[in-house]
Amino acid sequence: MTTAKFEPGDPVRVRADEKPGHVRTPGYVRGKTGRIASVLGEFRNPEMLAYGGSGLPKQHLYKVAFRQTDLWKDYPGSPDDALYIDIYEHWLEPALRSDPRQATSRRG
Amino acid sequence: MSETHNAHTHEEHESIGSGSTTSPYARRIRAIEALLVERGVLTKEDVLRQIEYMEARSPANGARLVARAWVDPEFKARLLSDTKAAAAELGIDASGPVEFVTVENTPEVHNLIVCTLCSCYPRAILGRPPDWYKSFNYRSRAVNEPRAVMREFGLEIPEDVEVAVHDSSADIRYLVLPMRPPGTEDMSEEELARLVTRDCLIGVTIPREPAHAV
Repeated sequence: MTTAKFEPGDPVRVRADEKPGHVRTPGYVRGKTGRIASVLGEFRNPEMLAYGGSGLPKQHLYKVAFRQTDLWKDYPGSPDDALYIDIYEHWLEPALRSDPRQATSRRG
Repeated sequence: MSETHNAHTHEEHESIGSGSTTSPYARRIRAIEALLVERGVLTKEDVLRQIEYMEARSPANGARLVARAWVDPEFKARLLSDTKAAAAELGIDASGPVEFVTVENTPEVHNLIVCTLCSCYPRAILGRPPDWYKSFNYRSRAVNEPRAVMREFGLEIPEDVEVAVHDSSADIRYLVLPMRPPGTEDMSEEELARLVTRDCLIGVTIPREPAHAV
């Protein structure tokens, strides 16, 4: 058991890394900034499990909230629309709180 | 839509039952299965047991959870805080390594579930996902134009309602708890459950009031 690096409300950026193999971080959120909606617990790392590895140490998993308008240029919908996705800790880095409009979704 | 789906369901049952499917993928799966059995990695009984397990799951389980949540606020609270335990209360065995989370539709937020990377779905509760859920079309469009996708299912979400899309990319599987439709005050739990279709549990549609229910 390790302490989760992030807590709900923290702004985070998904790493923009290119990584081959069984990666559970889809391309459309890489490099994007959202905020932690909730901490989901620790799970074995699927990037290792998929190849017969132990998946250990376990990784903290977070539900990360994005504003749809931050993900897609010309998003056709309400500016309040949100996208939630589960991302493992090693794919996340702290983001600056510089943009007050960032991730202001009503849900959490 | 429903005709296509029925055709697929029929085909899937045939392939399980008779093994007569001759597509290259089916042949490849059979070859892998035969090798696994030959090498003692698993037995034919293991395969059958797993098929029976999956066939015993169905969207009716999700409908029961929703109907109970509509009539019992305390159950609803438990469903939202610990879906696996709430399912167990109704005799639905969702034990296993994956976690389940139920997201609640409200007058302010409408939820939609997708798995953009593959076809993650709460199978231990609802069984196998519909074919369209696994299509490239749905997986790509549900995240970047969810309102258009729902419109194609006949659901128009008002502009002042937030659409929350959940991409189940990791170890959590999601179910939608829809809102109880108006005009259902006098209905029993069993009657309510009949209003809840598989597509309501994914979020591409909502339960219709009795006058509109088919």
